[in-house]
This record gives sequence, C-alpha cells and structure tokens, in this order.
Amino acid sequence: MQKDVVLDTLGLFCPMPIIKTSKKIKELKIGQVLEVVSDDEGIKEDMPAWCETTGHEYLGLEEQANEDKPTHYRAYVKKSK
Amino acid sequence: MNTVLTAELDPQAALAELQEKKPKRVTLVVLSGDMDRVMAAFIIATGAAAMGMQVTMFFTFWGLNAVRRSKSSGKAKDWLRTVFGALNRPGAEKLPLSRFHFWGLGTRMMKSVMKQQRMPGVPELMEVAKDLGVKFIACTTTMGLMGIEKDTLIEGVDQLAGVSTYLAEAKDAQVNLFI
Repeated sequence: MQKDVVLDTLGLFCPMPIIKTSKKIKELKIGQVLEVVSDDEGIKEDMPAWCETTGHEYLGLEEQANEDKPTHYRAYVKKSK
Repeated sequence: MNTVLTAELDPQAALAELQEKKPKRVTLVVLSGDMDRVMAAFIIATGAAAMGMQVTMFFTFWGLNAVRRSKSSGKAKDWLRTVFGALNRPGAEKLPLSRFHFWGLGTRMMKSVMKQQRMPGVPELMEVAKDLGVKFIACTTTMGLMGIEKDTLIEGVDQLAGVSTYLAEAKDAQVNLFI
C-alpha cells in the first residue's frame, strides 16, 4: 500500500504502538498515509478502534509471516483531520 | 428574530455537533498500590490519552504510593502516622505485585522479564501519562490518614482534592474505573 511516513514499533507492547501513532500522526499533513509496523498482534483490533475514536481513516492491515521472527503487521492510517 | 433562528436550528444536529466537539473523558480511581493493578491503570490512562480523551487519575489509600517520592522522609503529625508512613513503602518503582511478590523476589523477576521484553514499567508509563497530559489528583483525606505530607509527593501531581472534585469530573466522563 502507498504510504508517506513509516513508524516502526517493532518489539513494543500495548499501549506503546498507539501512543507513538498518536504522536506521529501530528507530524503528517491531512491526506497523508502513515504505515505503522508492529509485531504485537493486538494492533489488528487496536488500530481500527483508535481510528474510529480519533476520526482518522483506517485503510487496512497487511500481515507478513516470518520464519524465525514474530509476524509483522503493517497498519495503514490516513490522516483525516 | 429569535424564533427564526431556533426554527433554522436542527436540535439533533446541534447536539451531535456539540458532542463531537466535546472531548471524551475518563476518570480512574487508583486505590490499589499493587504494581500489576497500577500498571493496568496507567496502560488504560495512556491509551485513552492517545485516543484523544481527557484523563484524570485520582490516587487514594495505597494508590498514593505511586505518586510518592521514593526517598521521602515523612514528618507526620504523630508517631503512629510516622510509623505507618515508613511501613508503607513509597515510590512508583517500589510497588509490589498483588500475587507472587515473595518478599520482593517475585516482583524483581517480573521486572527483569519486562525489561528483557522492552515493556514499560510503572515509572515509564507515568512519564508517558504526564507527557500526554493525564491529570493526577491526590486525595487529601487519605494523605492525612496515612501521614503523607504534600511535599513528599512527586511534581507530577496537579491537584490535591477530595470526593467532590472526583464526582464533578466523573459525572461528565464516559468511562469511570475503580482500580
């Protein structure tokens, strides 16, 4: 998926990915897309919930299974306000 | 003139707009001084703040230990309260686990696992909470009861207050938790 900014939260647990996302999104312009990379499975549900509450658009999530490392999740958020 | 204005206003839309503008609020009463419970409180508080909610945390009874400076020598009003203050170990980094504390050994093991996993502990979460604008209120009644002086509290405490302040905030909040 097309993105403008990437946020690496690998190795961080809840609530850090959401906290870092809320800080990072402030640096973006409206319409830009943020990619949040995480290996915490909770992000699959947490990112849509965060978007719904904060009013940003949730574009979707990609899963990348790794053999020797935990699965990486890439969540995409479009800054909407 | 006024009637025209009210007729033009759709009350439902106006209400929806008002609710949209008003930030969602969360209050947490932190009564427990157990590391696991206080940690859960701070995870919820920081998560809510990151979701754009206004968060207020009320510290009372054992929960006050989280907002006490760890090297605070209490000068309470009488010896009973001085002893009480000394037995009740202050400091966010010194909170014991609610289970498997084992005189400190269990808690130390849990902390070392958390460190290995790069999981933030209570002091780190508190810093994040302050950074996100979470309000800390210490309960004056229990401070008096437990011989805790206000100059022994950390700087992050915004207010010293009682039950009315809590209720005034809680009645406007959508999420109120007692931990």
